[in-house]
Amino acid sequence: MAALMKTPATTPDASRVPTGARSASAPPFWTSRRRDVLAGYLFIAPQLAGVVLFVLIPVGLAIWYSLSDWNVFTGEQTFVGADNYAALADDPQLPSVLWATAVFCVGVVILNIGLGLLLAVLLNRRFRGATFFRTLFFSPVVVSVVAWTLVWGFLLQDNGGVNGLLGTVGITGPNWLQHGDTAMVSVIITQVIRSVGVNMVLFLAALQGVPSNLYEAARIDGAGSRVMFTRITLPLISPTVLLTSIITIVGALQSFAQIAVLTSGGPELSTTVLVYYVFQQAFEFNHIGYGSTLALMLLSFVMLLTLLQWQLRRKWVFHEQ
Amino acid sequence: MNRARKLFGAVALTTALALTAACGASGDGSGSTDATNVKLRMAVWTSNQDQLKLFDTIAAAYRAQHPEISSITFESLPFDDYNTTLTTQIAGGNAPDLAWMGDLSRDLIASDALVGLTDKLKATDGWQYDDLEASATKEFSRDGTLYAYPFSTSPFALYVNTDLLAKAKQKIDPKTLTWDQVAAAGAAAHATTGKAGFVVRDFDYKSWNTLATVWTGFGAAAWSADGKKCTFTSPEMQQAFTFLHDAAFKTKAMPGPGTTADFFAGDAAFTVAQVSRASLLTDKFKYALYPLPTGPAGKYSVIGQAGVGVLTASKHKTQATDFLAYMTNPANSAKLAQFFPPPRKSLLTGAKLAADSKVLTAAQLQEAVVDQLPNAVTLPNHTSPAEIAQKGKTALDAMWKADADIPAVLKSVCSAIEPILAK
Repeated sequence: MAALMKTPATTPDASRVPTGARSASAPPFWTSRRRDVLAGYLFIAPQLAGVVLFVLIPVGLAIWYSLSDWNVFTGEQTFVGADNYAALADDPQLPSVLWATAVFCVGVVILNIGLGLLLAVLLNRRFRGATFFRTLFFSPVVVSVVAWTLVWGFLLQDNGGVNGLLGTVGITGPNWLQHGDTAMVSVIITQVIRSVGVNMVLFLAALQGVPSNLYEAARIDGAGSRVMFTRITLPLISPTVLLTSIITIVGALQSFAQIAVLTSGGPELSTTVLVYYVFQQAFEFNHIGYGSTLALMLLSFVMLLTLLQWQLRRKWVFHEQ
Repeated sequence: MNRARKLFGAVALTTALALTAACGASGDGSGSTDATNVKLRMAVWTSNQDQLKLFDTIAAAYRAQHPEISSITFESLPFDDYNTTLTTQIAGGNAPDLAWMGDLSRDLIASDALVGLTDKLKATDGWQYDDLEASATKEFSRDGTLYAYPFSTSPFALYVNTDLLAKAKQKIDPKTLTWDQVAAAGAAAHATTGKAGFVVRDFDYKSWNTLATVWTGFGAAAWSADGKKCTFTSPEMQQAFTFLHDAAFKTKAMPGPGTTADFFAGDAAFTVAQVSRASLLTDKFKYALYPLPTGPAGKYSVIGQAGVGVLTASKHKTQATDFLAYMTNPANSAKLAQFFPPPRKSLLTGAKLAADSKVLTAAQLQEAVVDQLPNAVTLPNHTSPAEIAQKGKTALDAMWKADADIPAVLKSVCSAIEPILAK
C-alpha cells in the first residue's frame, strides 16, 4: 500500500512539475495518525479541562498558600517558607484529630464493606420482597446528606427517638452525641446506614457475575456453603472488594457534612476528623496557609492509601494474579 | 517555529486584552465621588421579608436623590455561615460594599478592613452623632473612631411562662428575683410538669459565650478588660459554673446536654434571650418579660449587638459611606427601630419602642431595654472569635458531665484560649 502511494512521485513526468507545485505533492499535514491523535485529545479535552481547572490548579494554589500566611481581611500574603509545615508538629490538637480520623475511617470501612457484602449475599436470592428490600437499603443513598444527618441529629438526642425506642424495651440509652465514644459510634453508624446501599449494589452485581456451574461443581465435590463462599465467591468478587474498599476509604476521609451537622467535631475533639479540621482552620479561623497544609496532608494520605491498595491488589485480587 | 510564534502572539494579545478589560471594569477603585452607574451591595443575615422591604424602601429613597447609584442590593446570607461566607467573599476579591457584623467586628477593625465613620457621620447635616448611646458604640470603636453603626442593640432579658409557673404552683417576685429563685422555680416546674426549667437560649452546650448572661451576675468575666488574660479560673467564674452545673445535673432546673426545649413553643418555664426575640412570642401561653435576675454580684445587664459598616475592600467606599449615613439618620433609624432596638437616646423610651411592638408593653420595654442600656456590658468579644469559641467549647465539653471537676475544666479553658488572647 505504501509502495502504491509513492508511485506518482517516481514517475518520469515528475521532474517536469514546476517548483512552486512541488509542495502540493508533499505529504499532507493532517495524516490519519495526526487526525486520530487530535480526535483523541478532543475526546479527553472536557475531562482534562475539568481536572486542570478543579484539581491541578487548586492543588497548585494550595501548595502556594501552604507556603504563605494570608490575612484574609486585608488580602496581605506573606511568604513564610515551611513554617506551616513545621506548625504541624507543634499543633496540640492534631494527634487527636488524626486518631479520630483513623477510628472513623476504620469503623466506616469495616462496617460498610462487611454490611454491604452481607446484605448483597442475603438479597442475592429469589424470594418474595427481594426487590423491595434492595430498594429499601439503597434508598438512603439518594437522600441529601444534610437532611439525613439532621433527622438523625434529632433521633440521637438524649430525649430523642432512638432512646425512646430503647426505653420501650426497658433499656436506658446513652446521651449519644454528648460522650466521645458514643458520638463517634453515632457518626459512623449514621454514615454507614446512609452509604451501605452503594456497596450492596456493587456486590450484588459482582455476585450475579459468578458462574453458577462453579457452585454446582463444588457441591458435587461435597463443599459446604462456607467453603463455597470463601473459595469461590470471595475470590471471584475480589475486584469489586478492591473497588469498594478504595471508594469507601476515600469517601470516609472526605466525610464532612455528617460531622459538621451532627457533632461539629465534638464533644471535645472526639469526632473532629481531618477534613473537618481543615475546614475549621481555613474557613472558620481564617488560617488559610495552615489549612492548606492540612489539606495537602489529607491529599497525601488519600493518595498513599489508594496506592497501597493498588499495589496490594496483586496479592489478593483474583483477576490480577 | 512560525506557528509557535503566532500562537505565542495570540496568547499574549488575548492576555493583554483581558487585563485591559479587567482594569477598565474595576471602576473607581479609589472610592472617588464622581463615579456613575455605581452598584452597591450590602451583606445582611436577615431573610425577613418585612425587614428587606424596609431596606429596599430606604434604598429607593436614597437612589432618588443620587442618580449616580444605579442599584443597592441587600444580599441575605445564612446566619450560621455568615462570618465564613463574608470572609470568603473578602478573600476572594468579591467583598460587599457594606456588611452587617457581629463578633467578627473586632477582627475587621483590627485588620483596618473597615472605613472609619465618625467624621462622615458628624459632618452629615442632622445626623446627630451625640444622640448615640455611649455603651452601644463602645464595641465598634477604636481610638475614638466609630467603625460600625450599632443598628441593633438588644439587651438580654428573662422571659417567663407564667402559665407553666402557675401549674407548678410557683410564685416569683420580679422586683427581688435572683438566679437562685429562678433555679428553684425552674426545678419545681420541671419536676411538676416535665417541661424544662430555665433555658439560656442559643447556648445548647456549644455557644458558651451566651453564658455571659449568667456569669456576669456572679461578677465573672471571660477575660481581662484589655483582652489579654483569661479569667475563667476566677472564684466568681467557679461559682457561676457550679451554679450552672448544679442546675443541669443536680436540681435539673436547666435541661441537660442533648435535650432540646424551646421556650417560645411552651417547653420551658424561663428563658434568657434578647428582647428582639419577643417577635417569637405567640398567644399559646401567658408570659412576662423581666430584666435579668440579680446574681451574687448584684444587678447587671448584658446586650447583644450587631453593627453595619463599610468595608475598605469596597470599590465605592465614598458612596457606601454616604448611603450608610443616610440609612442610619434619625428618620430612618426610627423606621429601623421597629425591628432592631436602636442605639439613639432620642428613640430609647418605652413608649416609642412599644409603638412598634405587638407583644410587649411600654412599661416592659422601658424596664427591660431602656433602663438596661446605660450600664450594659456586651457578650464576650475578641479578635479571632471563631477560634476562641471552638477551643473554649472543646475544653468546656468536659464540664457537661455529672462528675465534672469544675476548677480543672475552667483551668483547661484558660490553657486553650490564652495563647489566642495573647496574640
